[in-house]
Amino acid sequence: MDLRFTPEEIAFRQEVRAFIRENLPADIYAKMKLGHGPSKEDTVRWQRILNAKGWAGLSWPKEWGGPGWTAIQKMIFLEENQMAPAPELSSFNITMIGPVLLQFGTEEQKKRFLPRAANLDDWWCQGFSEPGAGSDLASLKTAAKLDGDHYVVNGQKIWTSTAHHADWCFVLVRTNPNARKRQEGISFLLVDMKTPGITVRPIISIDGSHHLNEVFFDDVRVPVSMRVYEENKGWDVAKFLLGNERTGIARLGKSRERVNAAVDLAHKVNMNGQPLITDPSFRQRVAQLQVDMKSLEITQYRVVSAYDKAGGGRPDPLSSVLKVKGTELLQATTELAVDVAGPMATPIWAAELAAMNEPDELMEAGSASTGSYLFLRAASIYGGTNEIQKNILTKAVLGL
Amino acid sequence: MDFDPSDDQRLLVESVTRLLGDTYGFAQRKTYLARPEGFSTDMWSKFAELGLLGLPFAEEHGGFGGGAQEIMLVMQAFGRVLVLEPFLSTVVLGGTAIQAAGSNEQKMVLLPAIADGSLKLAFAHGERQARYDLTDVVTTAKRNGGGWILDGSKTVVSHGEAADKLIVSARTSGERYDEDGITLFLVDTAASGVARRGYATRDETRAADVSLSNAHGEVLGEAGGGLAIIEKIVEAGIAATAAETVGAMEAMNEMTLEYSKTRVQFGQPIGSYQVVQHRLADMFMAQEQGRSMAMLATMSVDNDDPVERRHDFALAKVGVGQAGRYVSQSAVQMHGGIGMTEEYAVGHYFRRCMVIERLWGDPAYYLQRLANEIA
Repeated sequence: MDLRFTPEEIAFRQEVRAFIRENLPADIYAKMKLGHGPSKEDTVRWQRILNAKGWAGLSWPKEWGGPGWTAIQKMIFLEENQMAPAPELSSFNITMIGPVLLQFGTEEQKKRFLPRAANLDDWWCQGFSEPGAGSDLASLKTAAKLDGDHYVVNGQKIWTSTAHHADWCFVLVRTNPNARKRQEGISFLLVDMKTPGITVRPIISIDGSHHLNEVFFDDVRVPVSMRVYEENKGWDVAKFLLGNERTGIARLGKSRERVNAAVDLAHKVNMNGQPLITDPSFRQRVAQLQVDMKSLEITQYRVVSAYDKAGGGRPDPLSSVLKVKGTELLQATTELAVDVAGPMATPIWAAELAAMNEPDELMEAGSASTGSYLFLRAASIYGGTNEIQKNILTKAVLGL
Repeated sequence: MDFDPSDDQRLLVESVTRLLGDTYGFAQRKTYLARPEGFSTDMWSKFAELGLLGLPFAEEHGGFGGGAQEIMLVMQAFGRVLVLEPFLSTVVLGGTAIQAAGSNEQKMVLLPAIADGSLKLAFAHGERQARYDLTDVVTTAKRNGGGWILDGSKTVVSHGEAADKLIVSARTSGERYDEDGITLFLVDTAASGVARRGYATRDETRAADVSLSNAHGEVLGEAGGGLAIIEKIVEAGIAATAAETVGAMEAMNEMTLEYSKTRVQFGQPIGSYQVVQHRLADMFMAQEQGRSMAMLATMSVDNDDPVERRHDFALAKVGVGQAGRYVSQSAVQMHGGIGMTEEYAVGHYFRRCMVIERLWGDPAYYLQRLANEIA
């Protein structure tokens, strides 16, 4: 047991921090520092810089272009990248489809997709949820019928993040409607978004952004070679993917970045004639968040290093703790930033305001803070709602 | 970072767990409580035989060269069964004081005596007016010939009655609240001028008020430089009791889970109801977050960076305190009426956690410290 960071880990953190500082494009940094999210182009640009450095593969083995990091190093990298703040690696590419193909994919699938996923040459999206299958994912209905060497897919997916940017989508489909258990009739397909019969419709979320979509499949023909793992074994793939998703989902660096931004801003705004930063109740709120972030940080290191030692495989049920606590923190920290912004949190930073000469950084940052506050109400819903995570814990850990 | 215990540490946990499994059932514990000391002197001897009382000391001092991690593992096991013996007072607090401030001679004499079970210590620092302020010391010590004479009183000295010697803080210069001028002394409890009045505390252990009137004391460490040592003692205590709280949370969660499987209402075990399941999941999460913070405290004991160490102890104290409070309150709630009874174990864990939360500062106190540090 050595509960401190090793000198190598400390040096690694410095290396990562220095690389990001020197290589993150100034325009992306300036925009994200104000609290805006990155555009698709920003994300692609930054991921390619990281990939050129050999860092984009994160948890992938070296032979597939991964950096060969330990679990602790991965978490350090993620935290530094989020805190910078820099665009995050595409989670669909790096923590979802990448590990899935490494674990379950054919050699040909790996060769075709992994290098392009690392470099964001293909933008992936996730076709899991359906109108009737949210928390109860296994009740999904989108059907795939075998027709020669193709599946013909019909149905609808919903809440598909960034489908409008995507080149490819990994989709859960029902290949056996008569399976004894619903989980046993599901397969995992890779679908080219340019295939005829796919329609993407935007869903505007409460932050005003276009992030979510509905995706309709109308006689979409998918080659059988695009199925991952065995037919009707797609649920195993999905469980593996969701377990991986949970370990990365805490986004502690993002919470830290939001608190830092709120504290910075609290020096610039007043409360009863004094800078807000001097207000004891504000300071106590920040202190409590520091406590919560620290315990999540250590829990996260415990989970990922145990996962690493076990050689991956079944996700630790403790990863549900990370999901619940991490997303609660994301929500609490974005809420803090909005509260600091006060009335400046209400305007929408769009063309009219951006074109005016008067608005200052405070208004832009205030508006952006509301964007992430509103958007991250989804954090306790996506990736398996926090209520579902508690169900997982009661089953897996408590045995109820 | 590496969270796995070494083989030696695993063996330590196994042997402690085996000993406590044989000797520390809830019913057996009641018989220890009934002894005049409020704990079992037989258990104390068994701890000595097992090497626990010398665990953190160097081999030349009759110890086993362990450190904060070994203390964490032992305290966690102790927390699971609510050990009553004065291990915290003697080995952790007293041992830390002597290791950190003792002269070579003091170490050679006192540490082996702790290790073999013949010397019990108590940390007599807190005063009635001080609440959690470590510098609020008005007990005085004055030079008298070659020695020192102490006057004043100390309150809620844990295991003060059982102790053979007290580690007493007293002001040798300066005013109340001054950081300089506090000195630590070893005071023999049998010496003239030392009076102790013992009483029970809510966690069923015993504490004492100590009054010192022209009592002889032997200096421990540098005169006037006691605060740094007091902080070290307190930090070791925070780390140890954080681990104890983790053990207590584990026990409460296990009890509550078991109860939820056996208690039937409306024709089903109450654990089949989602509202109960989610509360259990919340309790489990609090336990694990608390465990992380107990680890933080343990790894901070030997942190050489004073600013970071102080900050991390504050974080850990708040985190563990809040987790312990949440699990305790929830455990009683989930048990319903039976959780309110003295005969059932859960309330005893509740009270120990509540006492620990108030040792050397509660979450509100440390939250304020953290709040003051924000730049």
